[in-house]
Amino acid sequence: MRAHAVPATLRRLARDPVWLALVVAIFVALGLFVAYPLVKVLLTSVRDGDAWTLEHYRIVAERKLYRNALVNSVAVGAIVGVVGTALGYLIAFVVTRTEVPAKRTLHLVSVLPIISPPFVTAVSILLLFGFNGLLTRHVPWLADSSIYGFRGVVLSQLLTFTPIAYLSLRGVLQSIDTTLEDASFNLGASRWQTFTRVTLPLSLPGIAGAFLVVFIESLADFGNPLVLAGAAFPMLATQAYLEITGSFDLARGAALAVVLLLPSLSAFAIQRYYLARRRYVTITGKPALATSRLVGARTKWLLYAGVLLFALVVAVFYAVIVVGATTRVWGTDYTPTLEHFVYVFQVGFDAVKDTLVIAVVSTPLSGVLGMLIAFAVVRGRFPGKGLMELGAILNFAVPGTVVGIGYILAFNAPPLLLTGTLAILVAAFVFRYMPVGIQSGIAVLRQIDPAIEEAARNLGANSLTTFRKVTLPLVAPAFFSALVYAFVRAMTAISAAIFLVSASWNLMTVQILSQVGSGRLGVAAAFSVVLIAIVVVAIAAIGAFVERMGGERARMRI
Amino acid sequence: MKDLRLVALRKEFAGRDRDGRRTLAVADVSLEVDKGQLVTLLGPSGCGKTTLLRMIAGFEEPSAGQIWFGARRIDDEPPHMRDTAMVFQSYAIFPHLDVFENVAFGLRLRRVAARALRERVERVLELTGLEALAARQPHQLSGGQQQRVALARCLVMEPRLLLFDEPLSNLDAKLREQMRVEIRELQQRVGITTVYVTHDQAEAMSISDLIVVMNAGVVEQIGTPSAIYGAPANRFVADFIGRANFVSVDVLDEHRVRLAGMPLAVRPHGRRAGERATLVLRPEAIAVDAERGALAGTVRRAMFLGSLVEYLVEVPSVGPLVVDHPNPVAGRLLRAGERAWLTPVAGVGTLLE
Repeated sequence: MRAHAVPATLRRLARDPVWLALVVAIFVALGLFVAYPLVKVLLTSVRDGDAWTLEHYRIVAERKLYRNALVNSVAVGAIVGVVGTALGYLIAFVVTRTEVPAKRTLHLVSVLPIISPPFVTAVSILLLFGFNGLLTRHVPWLADSSIYGFRGVVLSQLLTFTPIAYLSLRGVLQSIDTTLEDASFNLGASRWQTFTRVTLPLSLPGIAGAFLVVFIESLADFGNPLVLAGAAFPMLATQAYLEITGSFDLARGAALAVVLLLPSLSAFAIQRYYLARRRYVTITGKPALATSRLVGARTKWLLYAGVLLFALVVAVFYAVIVVGATTRVWGTDYTPTLEHFVYVFQVGFDAVKDTLVIAVVSTPLSGVLGMLIAFAVVRGRFPGKGLMELGAILNFAVPGTVVGIGYILAFNAPPLLLTGTLAILVAAFVFRYMPVGIQSGIAVLRQIDPAIEEAARNLGANSLTTFRKVTLPLVAPAFFSALVYAFVRAMTAISAAIFLVSASWNLMTVQILSQVGSGRLGVAAAFSVVLIAIVVVAIAAIGAFVERMGGERARMRI
Repeated sequence: MKDLRLVALRKEFAGRDRDGRRTLAVADVSLEVDKGQLVTLLGPSGCGKTTLLRMIAGFEEPSAGQIWFGARRIDDEPPHMRDTAMVFQSYAIFPHLDVFENVAFGLRLRRVAARALRERVERVLELTGLEALAARQPHQLSGGQQQRVALARCLVMEPRLLLFDEPLSNLDAKLREQMRVEIRELQQRVGITTVYVTHDQAEAMSISDLIVVMNAGVVEQIGTPSAIYGAPANRFVADFIGRANFVSVDVLDEHRVRLAGMPLAVRPHGRRAGERATLVLRPEAIAVDAERGALAGTVRRAMFLGSLVEYLVEVPSVGPLVVDHPNPVAGRLLRAGERAWLTPVAGVGTLLE
């Protein structure tokens, strides 16, 4: 029986050459750009010349520096995970369960860190709390304290990653039917009892999921530690980078990368295979017409004050960036100036142009490839489907540092000599930022009745035409949100990219870090402002484009 | 002392309608319900029935008016202090708790001792036929079973008032009929005063002691099912409850009218002789025959419905009339185009005010 089953699916595949080509191409691409670099990292970490060895791991385990790096990274990840998730839940709760003023503005401010490079807040922290910081200089009790190390990294990462927890928990809280809360009140529960016995337990899987995502992001974070950790507080991602670029010790860097990979992959596995099955999907008869009455007036304003405080801090940090970008020499000469922007557009213009080219090339590629993979995974019947899905979203959980090291190890020699080219950056971005698009694509496709596609096949369209004419228009919203995500991430990426930039292809994010490194915070701030401006304009443009597409589709329907 | 009293209850929503008036969901509704009665709020969607129910439960605050449970005025009390138990349209079964814990939820909040709690939950599970499913998770239950859990969760509280918000609308037709019998039987056995919201007039007729017909926030009529069906207060009620023919007649005296030149006895009414009026004639209150009768007409349509045939008969100077002919197997069926003789049954038609 079983011997029969596999050839049957293969035969079906062979009957449809477009399908076959698509599936084979996806497998080859995933093998080459996802699996192969990871295998290279693993292999490099256990090789010494031509011999097998565990020497690199022994050194990592024995040296205090590396042990500290692991402990520091995991500790920061856990704390940022807990506090960031709690903050995110607070904001999500206020947004979904209370009637308060300026909700929309709060939401926008809260997600601002998502569309900016993940270390902009670190630059802002330097401007406020660094050696020449505004507060360090003018608030006496801050004068002797250093922001470098644990406190700086945690503060910066909290501002960077709380929005991610917020967005995911907002979805969780929105999907919990408020009728359940009504039912609880009706059975005699007070507000607090309803929260602790209904709302909180129902959001627990989502909270755990948000914690793990923030944990993974924190562990993989590169920019904030590079700016703020300092020499006395080593962290894994930056240490692996320093081993490779500073000591040219590829093997030890690879071993550190593997150590970094393990907690990330465990968190990813828990999230995907354990928590995902525990989500409570509530099916409602009619849309809940009631506003939630889960909090009383006094509690509401208390929670609101907390959210306002967070939004205010975010706003201040970004305002500081703008001020920093237009100030001559931070800490000594506060004369307003545009000279940093002049620098960005003259000396640094190549980086601006390169960043744009790379983002514009990789965005549609990752969008289309992501949708094709989502389509193949949901609709296809071929052996190795689960493997394809795993391979396609694996890079989401793999820290960028590991990907970067993998790429320089894998593509540094013929026949795959890609280092220093546009292609290596584009490949890194496409395969790294595709998973989010794939996942939303899968979610949308699962909701589309296969009969719609079968009708197209029945009327004579082959699978590619069906995909292009029927499926793609239906998944358009998911497709464009994937585009926005891919573009934003391509513009703001740093951890993998920093290994892959070269003299001919440079990135704004890398420029920002090197300006911070050489102490020119004004230029770093100006770069950040330009980058955020580009991202905002691009999001608006893609949004307008979607709207026009939507309008055309509406007209076609009539 | 009435068990439940609504006094001029009113609900305005913040939005305004096209004429700039505040949206009025419920307009000064008053109602009195005896202990143990089942009263139905019946009306088309958007008529305010669910808003009224949610005000009783405490999920909406009245803009004006009072709600009394016996001698206790409760419209200022929060929902969880009101001692009502509601079956929601979506059932609102807690998805993170099994059947037993769903039913035990309210008792645990009251800190009922473990032994008594187990006994009470088990008794209600047995009453609702759920004893075998106590350990099931909600997603393992069918629609009808979820419905029973929602009901059991309410009954175990022994509430002062049971509330139902269109509880059967998510079930298929067969199950719906079965569940409404079950709900009625359970309600009568436990004797808890009940308010039941539905848009299904057959459902309302079959389970209610009292029906409140609502339209656009206003009560059109309150009465027993037979009173509402037999003597509808106005055209809306007559049309919404069952099927009705509306016929123009001349009033002869306080119990007779003239229909197409012939006198016809109707229910007593307050209209004066000589006035034009509208008579409500139910399809079953008109006899049909192939050879003799009071009014001659032509069959336009004949629909065989099993227990009866529904004819649409065109009567000159009266208009099209829907007529039921019961037990059609016994006699010969008329076909479209054939002549039919109609005789309105004396003394059952109602004049609209």
